[in-house]
Amino acid sequence: MNPLKKFLFELQEISILSFGALMALFTKPRYIPETIKQMDLVGVGSLPIVILTGFFTGGVLVLQTFPTLSYYSAQGQAGEAVATALVRELGPVLCALMVSGRIGSAISAELGSMVVSQQIDAMRALGTDPVRKLVAPRIFALILLLPLLTVAADVFGIIGGGVIASNIYNQDTNVFITSVRNGIETQDILGGIIKPVFFGLIIGGVSCYRGLSTRGGTVGVGLSTTSAVVQGSIAVIIFDFFLSKALQTILDLGRL
Amino acid sequence: MQASPQDFAENPDQQDFLQPIDRTDRMIPAIEFRDVELSFDDKKILDGVSFEVRKGETKIILGRSGGGKSTIIRMILGLLKPDAGQILVDGEDITAYTEKEMMGVRQHIGMVFQEGALFDSLSVYENVAYRLHEQHIDEETVEKEVRRMLRFVDLEDAIDKMPIELSGGMRRRVGIARALVGDPTIVMFDEPTAGLDPPTARTICELAIKLRDLEDVSSIFVTHEMNNLDYLSSEYATVDDDGNVIFEEEGEKICMINTRVMMLRDGKIIFSGSDEELRRTEDPYILRFIRGK
Repeated sequence: MNPLKKFLFELQEISILSFGALMALFTKPRYIPETIKQMDLVGVGSLPIVILTGFFTGGVLVLQTFPTLSYYSAQGQAGEAVATALVRELGPVLCALMVSGRIGSAISAELGSMVVSQQIDAMRALGTDPVRKLVAPRIFALILLLPLLTVAADVFGIIGGGVIASNIYNQDTNVFITSVRNGIETQDILGGIIKPVFFGLIIGGVSCYRGLSTRGGTVGVGLSTTSAVVQGSIAVIIFDFFLSKALQTILDLGRL
Repeated sequence: MQASPQDFAENPDQQDFLQPIDRTDRMIPAIEFRDVELSFDDKKILDGVSFEVRKGETKIILGRSGGGKSTIIRMILGLLKPDAGQILVDGEDITAYTEKEMMGVRQHIGMVFQEGALFDSLSVYENVAYRLHEQHIDEETVEKEVRRMLRFVDLEDAIDKMPIELSGGMRRRVGIARALVGDPTIVMFDEPTAGLDPPTARTICELAIKLRDLEDVSSIFVTHEMNNLDYLSSEYATVDDDGNVIFEEEGEKICMINTRVMMLRDGKIIFSGSDEELRRTEDPYILRFIRGK
C-alpha cells in the first residue's frame, strides 16, 4: 500500500472507530465503572504533570517576555501576555501533548497487549463489543477531562507567571492580576475549552486505533505505542492550527 | 450443556430427562462450511473448504502451523469473514451477519484460546464470571455457576487468584471454564495443549472428552499434536456406580467414539474421516505428519 493510500485508510479507520465509540455512548450497554476508572487515570493521574507543566510554562513566559516588555515600558502588560498565550494556545496544546504522552501511550500499550495475547478476540468471543467496552470509555474520559486539565494548566500557568513577575521582577501582584483580567475575554476561555474537546477525541481515536491494530507480538506493541504518541502529538499540533483559524472566525478571536 | 448424573442425583426435579426427546434438530449439523475461501493479500488461507460437525461430535483439525486451522474457528466466531462460501451454525447462515448479529450467535459458542487469553486485570473468578456479569445476572447465581465450572476443570481452589499467578496449564483450564459458562452447545479449542507438559496436556484432553461424552457438546479441536488425537479418538468418558467420571480405552470393544478427523494443507482439506482411516492412509504428507519424520 502506498503511503498516501495508507494514510487515507488509517484516517478512515480512526474516524470510523471514534464515531462508533461516540455512538456507543448513546446506547446500552454502557460500561460506567470502566469509564470512571479511565476518568481517574486520565484526570487525577495526569493532574500533577499538567500542573507542573502549566506552572513552569507560565513562569518561563514571564521570564522571557518581561525584559522586552520593560524595554517598551509595557511591563504592566506581562499578565495579559501570559494569560492570552496560555489560555488561547499553550494551555490546550501543552496539556494535550502531555496527556498524549502519558495516556496515549498507556492506552495503546494496554490495547496492543490485549490484542497480541488474544484478549480482544476473547472479549468478542464472549459477546462483548471491544469498541463499546474499551474504546468508548477511554475517548469519553479524554473528551471530558482534557478541558478540565487545560483549565488547571491555565490557572497554574498564570500563577507561575505571577510568582516570577513578583519575585524576580518585583512587579506588584495586583498589577499582574489586573493585567490578566484585562487581557482575557470570555471568547478566549471558551476557545481554550473547545480545543481540548477535539484534542481528546484525536488522542483517544489515534491511540485506541494504534492499540487495536497492533500486529507482531511484543515488538508490535512497542511500535504501536511509539506511533500513538508521535501521531497523536503531530495530529494535535496540525489540527490546532486549523481549529484556531476556525475559532477565530466563529468566536471572533484574535482579530487585528 | 446437559446436567451430569451427579446433578440428577442431587436434584430430582431434573429427572424429566427420562421423557422422550425430539431428535429432529440433531439432524442439523452444529457447524457447516460450504466451499469457504479466504485470502490475505495474494495468499490463499482457505481454498474451497467444506465440512460439517454434527451435534455432539468432536472434529479434530490437524495440520501444520499456518495451514488455516485457527482461521476456521475464527470464522465460526465471526472474527473473520470469508471471501466466498457459506458458514452455517446450527443451520443458521452466519456468513453475512453483522458484528451485532454475531453477538447473539457467540452466546452459544465457547472458545478456548491457545494461551488461555485470560483478562490480566481480572481475577480467576471475574474471568470465569465474565459472560454472566455482562448479562447482569445476580451475584449469587454467578458465584454458583463459576464454582461449578471451576470444579469441572478442578481449579476451585484458584478462584481468587490473578491470571499472573497461574501456570500455563492452569490458565488454559480457567480458559476452558470461562468458555463453558452459559452452557454453550459448541466449544472450540485452538491448540489448547501447545507448549504444555504431557500430564497437563492429557488433563486438557480429558476435559474435551468429558464435554463430548457427558455433556453432548459439539466441538472443534485444533491441534498439531498426535497424542491429542490418540486420546480423543481412543478413549471415552463414562460415570461409574459411585458417580465418578472415569475414562476407558476403546481397546478391542466395538464402540462409536464420536470423533472425526480432518487435515488441512495450505488451506485445503487433504483428509477427512476417522482416526483409523487416517492411520491407514498412504498419502506421504499425512504419513510424515503422523510419524513426525
